[in-house]
Amino acid sequence: MSKIHVTTTVNGEPAEFLCEVQDSLLDVLRDQLHLTGSKEGCGSGDCGACSITLDGRLVCSCLVLGVEAEGKTIGTIEGLANGDELHPLQRKFLEHAALQCGFCTPGLLVATKALLDANPNPTETEARYWLAGNLCRCTGYDKIIRAVMDAAAEMRGEHA
Amino acid sequence: MNFVANFSDLKVVGTRPVRPDGIDKVTGKAMFGADLSMAGTLTGKVLRSPHAHARIVSIDASKALALPGVKAVVTAAGDFPEISSEEAAAGESPVNFRHMAHNVLARDKVLYEGHAVAAVAATTSAIADAAMALIDVTYEVLPFVIDVEAAMADGAPILHDDLVPSGMAAPGKPTNIAKRVEFKLGDAEAGLAEADVVVEGRYETTAVHQGYIEPHAVIASVNPDGQTQIFASSQGQFMIRQYVSKILNMDIANIRVTPAEIGGGFGGKTLVYLEPLAVALSRKAGKPVKMVMTRDEVFRSSGPTSGGVMTVKIGAKKDGTITGATIDIALQAGAFPGSPVAPACMCAFACYDLKNVRASGYDVVSNRSKIAAYRAPGAPISSFGVESAMDELATKLGMDALELRQKNAAKAGTKAAYGPVFPEIGFEQVLDAAKSHPHWSAPLGPNQGRGVATGFWFNIGGDSSASVFVNEDGTISVVSGSPDIGGSRASMAMMAAEVLGVPYEKVRPIVGDTAQIGITGMTGGSRVTFATGMATVQAAEKVVDELKKRAAMIWDISPEAVDWKDGEAVPAGANAGGFDPMPLAAIAAKAGKTGGPIGSEVSINAQGAGAGFGAHICDVEVDQETGHVKILRYTAVQDVGKAIHPSYVEGQIQGGAVQGIGWALNEEYLYDKNGRMDNSGFLDYRVPVASDLPMIEAVLVEVPNKRHPFGVRGVGEVPIIPPLAAVANAIKAATGVRMHSLPMSPPKIVAAIESGKG
Ligand code: FES
Ligand code: FES
Repeated sequence: MSKIHVTTTVNGEPAEFLCEVQDSLLDVLRDQLHLTGSKEGCGSGDCGACSITLDGRLVCSCLVLGVEAEGKTIGTIEGLANGDELHPLQRKFLEHAALQCGFCTPGLLVATKALLDANPNPTETEARYWLAGNLCRCTGYDKIIRAVMDAAAEMRGEHA
Repeated sequence: MNFVANFSDLKVVGTRPVRPDGIDKVTGKAMFGADLSMAGTLTGKVLRSPHAHARIVSIDASKALALPGVKAVVTAAGDFPEISSEEAAAGESPVNFRHMAHNVLARDKVLYEGHAVAAVAATTSAIADAAMALIDVTYEVLPFVIDVEAAMADGAPILHDDLVPSGMAAPGKPTNIAKRVEFKLGDAEAGLAEADVVVEGRYETTAVHQGYIEPHAVIASVNPDGQTQIFASSQGQFMIRQYVSKILNMDIANIRVTPAEIGGGFGGKTLVYLEPLAVALSRKAGKPVKMVMTRDEVFRSSGPTSGGVMTVKIGAKKDGTITGATIDIALQAGAFPGSPVAPACMCAFACYDLKNVRASGYDVVSNRSKIAAYRAPGAPISSFGVESAMDELATKLGMDALELRQKNAAKAGTKAAYGPVFPEIGFEQVLDAAKSHPHWSAPLGPNQGRGVATGFWFNIGGDSSASVFVNEDGTISVVSGSPDIGGSRASMAMMAAEVLGVPYEKVRPIVGDTAQIGITGMTGGSRVTFATGMATVQAAEKVVDELKKRAAMIWDISPEAVDWKDGEAVPAGANAGGFDPMPLAAIAAKAGKTGGPIGSEVSINAQGAGAGFGAHICDVEVDQETGHVKILRYTAVQDVGKAIHPSYVEGQIQGGAVQGIGWALNEEYLYDKNGRMDNSGFLDYRVPVASDLPMIEAVLVEVPNKRHPFGVRGVGEVPIIPPLAAVANAIKAATGVRMHSLPMSPPKIVAAIESGKG
């Protein structure tokens, strides 16, 4: 069967790829576009390690087909920093030691960015429920939630 | 280096800098096991048994091999040497290479659903899938046994006809019991007879998985001359090298293993599963082979830790003094011997100063995947029984649960049932800190309850290597052999910076591959900051000695007349001469003229690991109708010796506590009537998620381990031990019902409340 040609925008840059109909967008990102920051922890939508945004909406890229990206805008962890300037969330994750192995981290950062885009002033409970789809086995979530709340406050300009 | 007694002099140790590998990990650049590819790489996949127990009659791969794009198929009979039974010390429990080889690829029988039968390498993932479907395996299906007590019963299906149990009389017929262990001190039965009050209970736990989010992944490339490159995510690159060499009968020098970043392990990545298969496939196909497990394979075929059953008896005088205690425990080993029954028994009562105690246990095989280490292997299981029984005892005596523990606490000089006499330990300080923490006396509402439980883990030392190099500009490179799972690069850099007296940012650490650094044991047993840290400190000290020598040469005075202070050589006293301090960078710049590059590598077997103790306080609210348990507040107190990087120490404690909470409330292996795992995904095997939890307060008690220059004790394992009973004890306080079996899932809680007993 012939491959399908897909035209998209990834992290602000035009991108094209060829894929089989059954290829997941996660596989396309990792294997064809070499964006291996998005991780596969389950392949079934249960861990959030593959979190990306598709036209601004948070999705599990393991549950999206590559062909569905046609004409859409994709955001991945590789696009979170602005050049060599880390996003406040990335900085706060580092300052708070909100990662141990770091495997869940790309997905959590993408998911948190989507949270703060939708709700710049979440309560701790709102943050916990928004991130309930992103599993972290190392940290017990404590430092992740602290980093999220601190970054949100900074982004709202509440730090001096 | 001698123990640094004055912690207030420390400039780097005890601070919280950003980890050196941090930016890679928040930007997606870090290379984990599945992230590397090489030109021409094939995809490798594993054909696994659909049966819990069966004899392999034949394997015919001819149709698969005829499929275009299929480059190799390997089986045990065709491609793996049969190796003799050989045990080797590995981390916390011995490994048997014959069993390990048979677990990697089944030989005569498959012993559990998911047991590897053959492996395929093909040009694409789809072709590899198609090839697996074309491999013809004829099985003779055998009766199976899953549960530990059923496996011990007369007439149980036997997994290994040749299994000879150790530590007990030969049963005279085939058995599934691999081993009996016993540890005792005094006369436990006589001690129980002296008691005013005795509690007795039977407790049960189920198998739980380590649940690392990164599935096992490897890429291997074998050259025609036998030289082999392996890039894999694991808890030890040297472990992979040794195990692959044993299983495939290869020279160790021909195998170079590069540690990928590892996405969690918790003990589950201390074994090989895919690595020998990828090497065998690559050797046959002449191309690199990449293999990545699916989550389903991770659950069915790797890990988990044992479930088990136990009976606990504790007797005490009216004043709370424990007079005697026993535990009898049987643990599932999975398909091959090797449950952590010994550490389960050794840790069971190690928190207490007891004169009369006995801990006995059985290691039992059954048709489950072979268990792997999981954080403090065995200890959480026995602790669930013992610490639940301690809670019952406190209730019966009408004593405060923490006071009962204080009354019997192990301290310096206490002889543990498993042999040693404890040197300085911090358990009493931990209990005092828990008791005086505001959490212990905070008010509770309706349907709420508070529980406490404690935990002990040995912590280990062992083989570690590290090197420290001074670069031309005075910056420092540190290489160690320990994979960094949670911030160990940072702690190595901090310890080296402290010894050298240079800023943390001037020290850049890496994790070396097996050709770049000396042999180093696995990242496990809470040993890295202790043992690899000790090697790093010693290497840095040798560098300091050399720097002093070079300064002495430049000043033309004796090396003894030079001191090292804040990163500079200084004259030791007025008699040494009136020289200005000479900074490290100035000495480095002149290294070529004073004897050449400066650096040192140290390989040690670190002795003197300090035992760790913890106490956890947990508040729950139980919905009496649904049985749902909400964790309201959680405080984890632990003696950490000395925290090198307190944030990562707190992180270990928080993460361990939450894994324990998952074990207590949700996690379990479920089997269907055919002996197949029923919940092999994160939807049905439910690990804790962010919305299940409150903040986890970690309280660090620092009673230094004087055998380490900075007082380090291992910290990673203790925190998973107390939560099982802490949650159970809180549920008892909230509902009046004692839960005897894990997980304490809503249906079990409802049933227990309705029947009035757990
Ligand atoms: S890999 Fe997509 S949710 Fe787990
Ligand atoms: S840091 Fe390891 S899974 Fe989150």
